Amino acid sequence: MGANEEGVIGKAVRRKEDARFLTGTGQYTDDVNQPNQTQAFFLRSPHAHAKIRGIDTAKAKASPGVVAVYTGADLEGVNGLPCGWLIHSTDGTPMKEPPHPVLAKGKVRYVGDHVALVIAETLAQAKDAAELIEVDYEVLPSVVNPIDALKPGAPQIHDEAPGNKCYTWALGDKAAVDAAFSKAAHVTRLDLVNNRLIPNAIEPRAAVASYSRADDAYTLYTTSQNPHVERLLMTAFVLGLPEHKVRVIAPDVGGGFGSKIYLYAEETAMVWAAKRVNRPIKWACERSESFLSDAHGRDHVTRAELALDKDGKFLALRVHTVAAMGAYLSTFASCIPTILYATLLAGQYTTPAIYAEVTAAFTNTAPVDAYRGAGRPEATYVVERIVHQAAAETGIAQDELRRRNFIRTFPYQTPVALLYDTGGYDACLDEANRMADVKGFAARKAESAKHGKLRGLGYASYIEACGLAPSNIAGALGARAGLFEAGEVRVHPTGSVTVFTGSHSHGQGHETTFAQVVAGRLGIPVENVDVVHGDTGRVVFGMGTYGSRSLAVGGTAIVKAVDKVIDKGKKIAAHLLEAAETDIEFRDGKFTVAGTDRSKAFGEVALAAYVPHNYPLDRLEPGLNETAFYDPTNFTFPAGTHVCEVEIDPDTGVVKVVQFCACDDFGNIINPMIVEGQVHGGVAQGLGQAMLENCVYDPKSGQLLTGTYMDYAMPRADDLPSFKVGTKVTPCTHNPLGAKGCGEAGAIGAPAAFMNAVMDALAAVGVKHFDMPATPHRVWAAIQSAKHA
Amino acid sequence: MAVTLSLSVNGKPVHATVDPRTLLVELLRNHLGLTGTHVGCDTAQCGACTVLVDDRAVKACNVLAAQMEGAKVVTIEGIAAADGTLHPMQAAFKECHGLQCGFCTTGMVMSAIDLVNRHPKASEAKIREELEGNLCRCTGYHNIVKAVQHGAAAMGK
Repeated sequence: MGANEEGVIGKAVRRKEDARFLTGTGQYTDDVNQPNQTQAFFLRSPHAHAKIRGIDTAKAKASPGVVAVYTGADLEGVNGLPCGWLIHSTDGTPMKEPPHPVLAKGKVRYVGDHVALVIAETLAQAKDAAELIEVDYEVLPSVVNPIDALKPGAPQIHDEAPGNKCYTWALGDKAAVDAAFSKAAHVTRLDLVNNRLIPNAIEPRAAVASYSRADDAYTLYTTSQNPHVERLLMTAFVLGLPEHKVRVIAPDVGGGFGSKIYLYAEETAMVWAAKRVNRPIKWACERSESFLSDAHGRDHVTRAELALDKDGKFLALRVHTVAAMGAYLSTFASCIPTILYATLLAGQYTTPAIYAEVTAAFTNTAPVDAYRGAGRPEATYVVERIVHQAAAETGIAQDELRRRNFIRTFPYQTPVALLYDTGGYDACLDEANRMADVKGFAARKAESAKHGKLRGLGYASYIEACGLAPSNIAGALGARAGLFEAGEVRVHPTGSVTVFTGSHSHGQGHETTFAQVVAGRLGIPVENVDVVHGDTGRVVFGMGTYGSRSLAVGGTAIVKAVDKVIDKGKKIAAHLLEAAETDIEFRDGKFTVAGTDRSKAFGEVALAAYVPHNYPLDRLEPGLNETAFYDPTNFTFPAGTHVCEVEIDPDTGVVKVVQFCACDDFGNIINPMIVEGQVHGGVAQGLGQAMLENCVYDPKSGQLLTGTYMDYAMPRADDLPSFKVGTKVTPCTHNPLGAKGCGEAGAIGAPAAFMNAVMDALAAVGVKHFDMPATPHRVWAAIQSAKHA
Repeated sequence: MAVTLSLSVNGKPVHATVDPRTLLVELLRNHLGLTGTHVGCDTAQCGACTVLVDDRAVKACNVLAAQMEGAKVVTIEGIAAADGTLHPMQAAFKECHGLQCGFCTTGMVMSAIDLVNRHPKASEAKIREELEGNLCRCTGYHNIVKAVQHGAAAMGK
């Protein structure tokens, strides 16, 4: 590492992107307008489940300003939206993949399902026309809960999926687990619901689709975390368009949290329609549509059992989960409660035998897919809640029980397929204990008791698998795509640099972090490096941003491209300095002949590459522009311990988070300010799930009851405390940055830490468990029922 | 039927003829091209569209443009100095990393300016209470609160 790298890496460089966001000059999709553009409105199903006996669009088509009205029947030759991950059931059969039509064909399967696309001169005209569409529905019974959906006699959502079952999948050694349970000194059992969440990025989804007849080419602006994947899926699998004729631009995107990974019906229908109407089409989702139609998260029902020996060592873990898929399989739906869930059930512990069985059910709800953490928060919630419960039952201290079972030797092969490369779990737990002043907790609890309050302390020692993903491993597990990343480093003649990355930034600060990585390695100022992302017309390729992969995978691709630049620079410098290439060293932005003071600055070498008057043209191409693709060899394993302290008013059930401490190991850190911000946001979402948020569908009608910000409780500033955030570092062993990823950790650790704190506080009044969110009503009701038990 | 109105936006006189149902946020975004004011919820719950109307924070998705006759409207585009120097609150958000995706940010900054104008020495608890009308999904509010404290100190100088 050179002096400049030391000067740039690990520093809280203020963000380059902030200038435009703070002055209102960012460009989000809804800020994009095209000449002669039309406005789109989607007519959505008001029913959770209904046959469509007919659709009459005649009045709508004749309505003022209407350009076109399309229904499912019009989309001839258009395929359904694909699912990117094939899961096989335990009996070897492939998961059930019913068609996922872009516009409903024959049936609607959730409230908000897409029935018709109306295109008009103005949005008001499109909405007015949509009201004139006559849809003859035959309303069918619906089912919104995955447990109910699997019961005999439940309404059948797809003919292709008998009993509404998508798959039953399993991982682990069932016989070994059964044997371990039979000799256990203690068994802890817990039934858990991981509540359904609605992601709620503050920017609603939006798209602007246009078509150029002259070029026979399309341009789509859309709110996407991964524009190349969106283009690939849309062109190759759904619309049958030549990939090179479609440019997808995801400009500034106002948060994603998973919900903007997927190929959705709206932008797909709009690209298809743009050619038919031969005019640009704009659509911006209203918040109520967003509640109805963005892919939701979580929605698991789980029974977990933990076997322990007399000393508190974990012998085995058995988990049965039913996971909702919603009405259709969203892009990555099938892998979330399987590959990204059950593989994490070892947590930070040496549990030698684990068996998990997951049944995925179709329900008459919005599709469920990855939401910040995606499977890993659900796994952590199971593991850390049952560990808490086991500690409470055995009388072993919460931190002590965790310590007795920590993995301390790496690499460590878990019984659920993952190979942890490195970690330091004691260090994070110790530091979290220190940050939380756990020693002083008893005194604080006593003080609360004086005021009639119940105080509790909860832990979550989580692990996550990030840096998605080694393509060969993912492929063997059912992935239908590669999971590498691409980066291009374009050195300009004057030595400044533009970096093109396939990762997408929608709040994560790539424009700064990646610039630091490149500036540090090249020994040039951060100001001399700009980062471009989110445009298939400018970036070579990319798998996008999800799974805390951007730095570990996308950043590594950039590092590899930088290293190619340096290698070529050495050849050029060797020529300029009349030295052997092997004698050239690159350090602090200078190519130097080893052991001499003869050197060429990076900028001089760049200039020589573009003005090759004195240049080895016989054996070296001019120019200095390198691309690299990087496919990781393993997942990365961020881990840490979160400690939450709550105070509960037993008379009202109100829970106050009095302190939240997170000590995380993300490997090496490029920009600690950005990392801390990621933890804050993740913790807030995790606390949101545990304290406030809950997506509720009416079990009878299938209507979404939490369809506005009045009904779906988002965490607001006065719901949360300030957070204490710390880090410990064990560098990732298999990428050159030593980075693991930090984007999801908060959302993974916080729900269990919070609920464990609540249960710790309520243990005194006999409450052992209830499900998230711990609203005042639920807390109060739990206290009352414990009183009367 | 159309409504004609005159108002000031970011210090400049604006004369507009709009459909009566036009919202202030639509006037700003669609008629005046001031796209820094964002629409996050349409129902006055997220605060992304917050602007200053006669020096008070107002959610621009929840008032009609027609109500703005004679009003002095200031948007995020209008608070930096003419030479581009950021308003102290904008600078504080950058310094404290009080923004991530940037979508709620413009409304958050406008609310923060109003908050500090009314409560120059607000405590953390008061700041959190006052920001109750602005949703952020990225930051967990931690750094926003810090930024408002920082910005308040700078505005007081």
